[in-house]
Amino acid sequence: MNITVLSGKGGTGKTTVSTNLALSLENVQLMDADVEEPDSYIFIEPDFKDDYIPVNRKIPVIDQETCTGCRKCVDFCEYNALAMMLDEVMVFPEICHSCGGCKIVCPVDAITEKDRELGKLKYAKNAGKKKIEFWQGEMNIGEESSTPVIEALKEHINHKKTTIIDAPPGTTCPTIEATVDSDFALLVTEPTPFGLNDLEMSVEVMREVGIPFGVIINRSEEGEDGLIEEFCEKEDINIMMKIPFEREIAELYSEGIPFVRNSKKWVEEFKELFLAIEGEINEKNNSN
Amino acid sequence: MKKITVISGKGGTGKTTLSANFSALANNHVIADCDVDAPNMHLLLEPHVEKERDFSGGKIAIRDIDKCTECGLCYENCRFNAVNEDFSINPVKCEGCSVCAEVCPVDAIKMEAALTGQIYESQTKYAPMIHARLKAGAENSGKLVSEVRDKAEERAENEGRELIIVDGSPGIGCPVIASLNGVDMALIVTEPSKSGLSDLKRVVEMIEHFDLKSKVIINKFDLNERMADEIENFCNKQELEVIARIPFDPIFVDLLRKGKLLVEEKKDTEIGEKIISLWNKITNNIS
Repeated sequence: MNITVLSGKGGTGKTTVSTNLALSLENVQLMDADVEEPDSYIFIEPDFKDDYIPVNRKIPVIDQETCTGCRKCVDFCEYNALAMMLDEVMVFPEICHSCGGCKIVCPVDAITEKDRELGKLKYAKNAGKKKIEFWQGEMNIGEESSTPVIEALKEHINHKKTTIIDAPPGTTCPTIEATVDSDFALLVTEPTPFGLNDLEMSVEVMREVGIPFGVIINRSEEGEDGLIEEFCEKEDINIMMKIPFEREIAELYSEGIPFVRNSKKWVEEFKELFLAIEGEINEKNNSN
Repeated sequence: MKKITVISGKGGTGKTTLSANFSALANNHVIADCDVDAPNMHLLLEPHVEKERDFSGGKIAIRDIDKCTECGLCYENCRFNAVNEDFSINPVKCEGCSVCAEVCPVDAIKMEAALTGQIYESQTKYAPMIHARLKAGAENSGKLVSEVRDKAEERAENEGRELIIVDGSPGIGCPVIASLNGVDMALIVTEPSKSGLSDLKRVVEMIEHFDLKSKVIINKFDLNERMADEIENFCNKQELEVIARIPFDPIFVDLLRKGKLLVEEKKDTEIGEKIISLWNKITNNIS
């Protein structure tokens, strides 16, 4: 089973939920798909050693000897990754989407492709005391496109385990890529107008991609959760957990300590959350 | 014309709240919300929308099922797995590259403009504001960011405004890079946590990659002063100035819930004065 943890707004507690949930369950694989700013490792403490799996993308190489300067490739490229400079075609690798179109349209076969690294996958099969299978995607600095790194990460989903994916914030391609093949999505929000606004956007996206989901209110406060609760009630969305706004939880977070570490109560809460998710998935499967 | 972009690497550090307060303090400026994935400035600045238009940042493949002979060439050549096994097109996966239309022998695929979102030109109490709303699940958020930025520049140019304040997005990828194009200063807002430091390191590396001038603000520094010191040490080593340490004050969250700005409601408090003097320091730094 795959569960993706996401949010429209950054800093609402995706990593807090992902890591604490992973540490409360058995037979878990945790994947950090927030490849621009991966942080789960701080709470899991994996020993990555030095090896990693490179994530490559193909970029065009122009054989300037063969090239006739006909501009067909430059005109074809939808991303402006090719440009004519004097009599030569120049390639801008960071904005190339690797579609292969330039190679197809070149009438004289002057274009070949080579691999270019745009990210890395790091992994530890038995990370930390709980021996979690942990994977982390990392986009190389200066790159623009994180989606291929997330795609590569997902190829390593272990179907014999419960996989939890810590998604990047937002509502565009990278977040959707991290979510599309999941059985369930947990939308983490906070009880502020910012939190609500971005939750509304996430809900719209989840309905578009058709994945069952529930909401977690982080930094929940007595008397303040109303705006999220009203929205969820109106939209018929389940609020599956509340994590209170407590100084102790914030302090543990700032030190990189998962708050389930010394709290049996919270381990139980996360186990119940998992059972509730299983229940929702079964209910959906039965109704189909 | 000068341009400042507020970014953070890590989300939720207070980027938008600070940007909105700076927007209320600045003079003769234009405000741009470039966090098109999760735009929130409008909740604090209450813009009155004057112009709204659709923006298309790319294309999408549309199949004409009557012409299609199901030869499979589109399926074989698409590198984004956007052509399904029944040769229908998955709009969520399509990146608009046009390869399928190129290889189709019977012209059964047309490339059409894909709606990326809406762009708004608005007026706030303080200055004109350019913002956007991305269509759910749209491609090309980077292009929408560039469009918001360009529109803000055009507006500043036309009206002789001297400053643009840009609220950027979290992360270090395409939308962030687009929001930093041509800035005079990047203000990086961080928080005193291990995650904050880890994300700051990557953002600083990205800023260096593009050779931009930047300053750091440690927000909510008193939530973990030891981590705040560690962040400051890191910045010193990078020769990066920490321009302010702002304490945690529940008043920020209270005002946010009311949709109000600190520098309007509580400017005479200690924290209000801190924000005002920080803004003065920033303007001195770019002039």
